[in-house]
Amino acid sequence: MNPGRIVLLAVAALAVALPWLLQALGADFYLSMASRIVVYGIAATALNLLLGYGGMVSLGQAAYFGLGAYVSGVLLTEGVQGALPHLAATVLICGLVALAIGAISLRTRGVYFIMITLAFAQMLFYLANSIKGYGGDEGLTVRSRVLLPFGLDLRDAETFYWVALAVLALVLWALARFSASRLGQAVQALRDDEVRAEALGLPTFRVRLLVFVVAGVVGGVAGALNVNLQGYVSPASLHWTQSGTLLVMVILGGAGSLWGGVLGAAALLLLQEGLLAYTEHGEFWTGWVLLAVVLFARQGLAGIAPALKRRLARGGTAP
Amino acid sequence: MTGLLLVEQALNGAQFGLMLFLLAAGLTIVFGVMDMINLAHGSLYMVGAFLAAWITAQTGSFWVGLAGSVVLTAAIGMLIEATLLRTLYARDHLSQVLATFALILILNDGIKMLFGTDLPLSAPAALEGPVDLPGGLRYPLWRLLIIGVGLAVAVGLYLLVQKTRVGALVRAGAANREMSMAMGVNVARLFTLVFGLGAALCAVAGAMLGPLLAVQVGMGENILILAFVVIVIGGIGSIRGALIGSLLVGAVDTLGRTLLQSALREALPPQWASAAGPALASVAVYVLMAAVLVWRPQGLFPVRGA
Repeated sequence: MNPGRIVLLAVAALAVALPWLLQALGADFYLSMASRIVVYGIAATALNLLLGYGGMVSLGQAAYFGLGAYVSGVLLTEGVQGALPHLAATVLICGLVALAIGAISLRTRGVYFIMITLAFAQMLFYLANSIKGYGGDEGLTVRSRVLLPFGLDLRDAETFYWVALAVLALVLWALARFSASRLGQAVQALRDDEVRAEALGLPTFRVRLLVFVVAGVVGGVAGALNVNLQGYVSPASLHWTQSGTLLVMVILGGAGSLWGGVLGAAALLLLQEGLLAYTEHGEFWTGWVLLAVVLFARQGLAGIAPALKRRLARGGTAP
Repeated sequence: MTGLLLVEQALNGAQFGLMLFLLAAGLTIVFGVMDMINLAHGSLYMVGAFLAAWITAQTGSFWVGLAGSVVLTAAIGMLIEATLLRTLYARDHLSQVLATFALILILNDGIKMLFGTDLPLSAPAALEGPVDLPGGLRYPLWRLLIIGVGLAVAVGLYLLVQKTRVGALVRAGAANREMSMAMGVNVARLFTLVFGLGAALCAVAGAMLGPLLAVQVGMGENILILAFVVIVIGGIGSIRGALIGSLLVGAVDTLGRTLLQSALREALPPQWASAAGPALASVAVYVLMAAVLVWRPQGLFPVRGA
């Protein structure tokens, strides 16, 4: 077994055993924090697919995160608790919305793409504000949770954590498979050199649209999980600053690397939580950390380990 | 009656649009000349409003507050440009988005540390009442003044950009930065100046709008996105486009609010209509932008490569 695989197994075992570990340490409180990291890890990985692998800088990913949360939240409000209807509705609605938004947005490039994805997310933000029947600008509180087969209830904190963890594992596994597949290689070729990829005969628009829709669907699933975790969804989850936060997570973790989204989500949420213990001005210091990452660690956290390895290989003399 | 209401709403639209123009003008030059996405532009507007409110409270004079805020905000803007933003010009858009997003967090929380989450700011008492306009419309004097200031700034900027040497350099930079640098333009120094001017305009907008909207942390975020919508509609780098775009967005937002609300009142129960009207008007602004982009992907007045 190579060292990478051993580390992976150790991390996976630790992640699965976390609820028991926390219980043994009498720190159950941190389980909801861990669940949040997992949920945001899924959302950030979806954006990582779009941004890091597909090279599409979207400032509107909150649209799907928020939409998925609203779909699940509205279903719960209407008394629907079955896992299947929730999953089907989230996938279908987020997929269709992403298809429509992508079909229009992908006709533009660069800055205009950033701005038009932002514009569509803001439309959903204002729509959510206007729907008085489901909370309007005050947000929607749900009392029930999704019920899974075998009597599993997402209200139970440990069940939720394991379910979310399973979804995250599935998403990461799919992303790893995808990035090695022919289609995944095509997407990355497109990111690196569009003209060349087009000259090679790739159907660039359709490939991009597919990635855009998948990122939207996975983002929506993360949102649906989030409403089941928090018991609450508000238009703020659709606001552009939420899109910005997801972008920050991906860049912080390392865009285009498999673990970038998860690492970034964990780093940002832990940083914010850790700062809260010392100061009520956590955002201030978070901002400085982010600035430092942009200026000095261009590959994000996922780039630190390989960089260290290269340095050690060169005999530890830093340039 | 409806005619008067329309005139009033058109004035409101112009007033909002012209203040939006103050933000969009600086943003479009930064964007056009340096190809830099500055999300923190809205934070300068917030900084300007807070400084105006604080200085006004200390001195008792709104005008001293306005002047002090303009000077200080311009200085802060130039400081940020010279220390941080300058290192980002050569980087990709993603790094710029991330760094200036970090700047938003820092400035928001920094303002909260210094001044708290909000400050009161009111217009000078003599200018607060309504005036009678020809045709029997009573309109708030302060809003009229805002329209006047906005128009004056628009004319001043037009003269600056079209008639002066600095303006010619800015236009040259927006059309083709590499070429203008090759021709010997000191883009870096020019740019610090332009950024200071943009920050000063933010402060004017923040101080003038402060009495109408609330001076609070986070006030920059929503108006920033509207300013981006404006410059994307108008064409990145174009002052004229920013003016037309601002007036369009101001009109759509304000008129949409009233017209949609009265239209919805026919169709929906009143408590639904009053909430849905403003939200749908906000949506209309983004629909306008998406439509413009589909129709003319470079905006209404493209600058680059034209």
